[in-house]
Amino acid sequence: MEILVCAKRVPDTSENEIQLNGAGNDIERDDVVYSVNEPDNYAVEEALRIVDRTGGNVTVVTVGGDEDEEILRREMAMGAHQAALISDEAFEGSDGRGIATILKAFVQKGKYDLILTGVQADDAGAQVGGMLAAMLDYPFASLVNAIDVENGGLKISREIEGGSKEISAIDLPCVLSIQTGINEPRYVGMRGIRQVASREIPTFDASTLGLDGGQVGEDAAKVKRTDYFVPVAGKGAEMLEGSREEIIDRLVAMMRAKGGLN
Amino acid sequence: MPRTFTYIVHKAGLADESAGELLAAARKIGPAQTPVALVVGYGADLDAVCESLRGTFSEIWKLSNESLAYPNAELVRQALVRVLPQGSILLVPHNHFGVDLSPGLSVKLNAAYVSDVLDIERVAGNSLTLVRQEFGGQVSTHVQCDITSGAVLNIRPGAIATHGSVQASASGVIVDQSAKVGPLTAKRRYLETLIPEAGDVDITRHAVLVSVGRGIQEKDNVSIAEDLANALGGAVSCSRPVVDAKWLEKSRQVGSSGQTVRPKVYLACGISGSFQHLAGIKGNPFMVAINKNPKAPIFRVADVGIVDDVLEFLPELTERVLEETSVAAGRSRE
Ligand SMILES: Cc1cc2nc3c(=O)[nH]c(=O)nc-3n(C[C@H](O)[C@H](O)[C@H](O)COP(=O)(O)OP(=O)(O)OC[C@H]3O[C@@H](n4cnc5c(N)ncnc54)[C@H](O)[C@@H]3O)c2cc1C
Ligand SMILES: Nc1ncnc2c1ncn2[C@@H]1O[C@H](COP(=O)(O)O)[C@@H](O)[C@H]1O
Repeated sequence: MEILVCAKRVPDTSENEIQLNGAGNDIERDDVVYSVNEPDNYAVEEALRIVDRTGGNVTVVTVGGDEDEEILRREMAMGAHQAALISDEAFEGSDGRGIATILKAFVQKGKYDLILTGVQADDAGAQVGGMLAAMLDYPFASLVNAIDVENGGLKISREIEGGSKEISAIDLPCVLSIQTGINEPRYVGMRGIRQVASREIPTFDASTLGLDGGQVGEDAAKVKRTDYFVPVAGKGAEMLEGSREEIIDRLVAMMRAKGGLN
Repeated sequence: MPRTFTYIVHKAGLADESAGELLAAARKIGPAQTPVALVVGYGADLDAVCESLRGTFSEIWKLSNESLAYPNAELVRQALVRVLPQGSILLVPHNHFGVDLSPGLSVKLNAAYVSDVLDIERVAGNSLTLVRQEFGGQVSTHVQCDITSGAVLNIRPGAIATHGSVQASASGVIVDQSAKVGPLTAKRRYLETLIPEAGDVDITRHAVLVSVGRGIQEKDNVSIAEDLANALGGAVSCSRPVVDAKWLEKSRQVGSSGQTVRPKVYLACGISGSFQHLAGIKGNPFMVAINKNPKAPIFRVADVGIVDDVLEFLPELTERVLEETSVAAGRSRE
C-alpha cells in the first residue's frame, strides 16, 4: 500500500507555556520548543505498521517553511521512506481550506491508496483531513483509533462518546484522521535523526503544483485569525499561597468541609 | 442575512442538549430571524424528535430516509447538500459527529468553515467575528469568517448559554423535505458500535478522585497518586495522555472520549484543563488544581488552585492526610 501522511510542526504544549507576544497578534515564539503535532506522529507510526504487513511505502508531507524540514527528518528516522516539503511564499496566510487545496494538488501528483492526517493540530481546528477528502471525492473518517486491512478495503474504528467505538468498512483510496493512542509510536533518538541527515527532501512550490493565488494564501482565505488574547478568567480559583505546609493545612480543612476527608 | 440552520443531533428519539445551544448561537447571528432546526434520520425516532422541537423552533425541516437511520456523516452530507439553500449558515455541535461531517460538507457547499467556536461576538455585513481557543485553551483568538457564500460553524458544546432562548408555545411547523434527499450511496459503511468493557476500577462510583495528567511525567509516578487516593478512600482517574501512554487503563480516563464522573471532590494533578477533559466532570464537585504553571487553564475553572510540583506536593499531602485520619481513628476509638 502507498500511504501519504500529512504532518505539521507546532509549538509543543507539553514543553512550553504558551503566552501572548507584546502586540497580541501572535503567541510568543522565541525560545519555544516545536515538535511534530502529536496525533500526526501516531499517524506515521500507524502507516509504518500497515506497510510492514502489506508492503509499500510511507511518504510524509508538510506544508510550511524550511524550518519545518526537521519534522520530516524525524519521521524519516522513524522509518518513513520518503518526505516532501511544500513551501512557497504564496501559501502564507492560507486557512484550513487553503492547506487542503495545496495538499490536494500534491496528492494528485502521485498515487496513494491511503492518506492519513492527525485528528487536529494544536493551533488549528480538525479540518484539513475532511476537506482534503471532500476535494478528492475520497471517503473520510475522523477520530480513527484502529485500522485493519480487509478484502481490498479497510475496517476502521472511530472513537465516539464515552470510549465507545464505531466500526465501519471504508473503501480505498480514503482519508483518515488519526487519534492519539491508536498505537505506541516508536522512539527516535538523535542517532536515528543523524542517519537520515543527508537524505534528500524534494521541495514543491506553487508553480510545480500548478496553484495560483486565487485558490490559496491569504487572499483566498475565508477564515482569518485577527488576534490572540487571554481568555477571561470566569470565577477563577482561589489560589492558596504560603509555605507548602500552610497550603496543606488550609487544603485539608477545606477538603474536610467538602466531604473529601473523613 | 442568509438563513441559519441548526443541525439537531439526536438519539433514541431525543434531541441532544446541544439543540438549545445552537438555537442560542443562531440568535446571536441574526436576532431577528427564525432559525430552522434540521433533523435527519428515519422512522418513529425521527418523528418524535421533530415533534419535541415544536416548542423551541418555529420551523423544523425533517429529512427522512431509511439509509439515514444511523447518522453516517457521508450520507448525511449528501442529503444536506441537496436540501440546504445556497449561502445558508449551518450550525453543528463540535462533537465526534460534527468533526466527521462539517469540514467536508463546507467544501461541498463552497462555504466557509470554522471549527470549535466558543462565541459569536459580532456580525458586520458579510463577516462574522468568532471566538476560538488554541493550544488546549491556553490562548483565545478572534477569527473573521467571510459568509458571502455561506458558512458551516461547529459550536463547542456547553460554550453558549441557552437561557432565555426557549419559546413558550408549541407551534413550530414541521416541513418534510425528504423528497429532496433522493437515493444515497456511501463508500463508508457503518457496521456496529462497541461499548467499552468495564475496567479494574469504576471511577464513576467514587466520591473522591485523584486525577493525574501528563504532569505526572512517568508511569512510576502514578503510585504517588494512588497513595493519596488510598489515604482519602478515593480512586485514581486521569486525563487522556496518561491513557495514550499506557500508564493507566482507558476506563480511568475522564472526559468527552472517556468517562463522565460526578465526585464530591476532584483533585486535578498536573492536568492543564482542556475542554475535552472538563466535559467529563459533572455535578459541580469541589475542584482542587495542582499545577506548576500559574497560567494553566485549569485554574480558571477550579475552586482552589495550588502552584506547585505534583511530584513533591502529593506525597506531603498524603502524609498529612494519613496523620489526620489516624488522629480521627484514634478519636473514634475513645
Ligand atoms: C477528539 C478528542 C477527544 C479528547 N478526549 C479527551 C478526554 O476524554 N479526556 C482528556 O483528558 N483529554 C481528551 N482529549 C485531549 C485533550 O485535548 C488534551 O490534550 C488533554 O486533556 C491534555 O491532558 P493533560 O492536561 O494531562 O496534558 P497537558 O495539556 O500536556 O497538561 C499537562 C499539565 O501538567 C502541568 N505540569 C507538568 N509537569 C508538572 C509537575 N511536575 N507538577 C505540576 N504540574 C505539572 C503543565 O503545566 C500542564 O498544565 C481529547 C482530544 C481530542 C482531539
Ligand atoms: N501545514 C500542514 N502541512 C501538512 N499537514 C497539515 C498541515 N496542517 C494540517 N495538516 C494535517 O491536518 C491535520 C489536522 O490539522 P488541522 O485541520 O489544521 O487541525 C494535522 O494533524 C495534519 O495531519
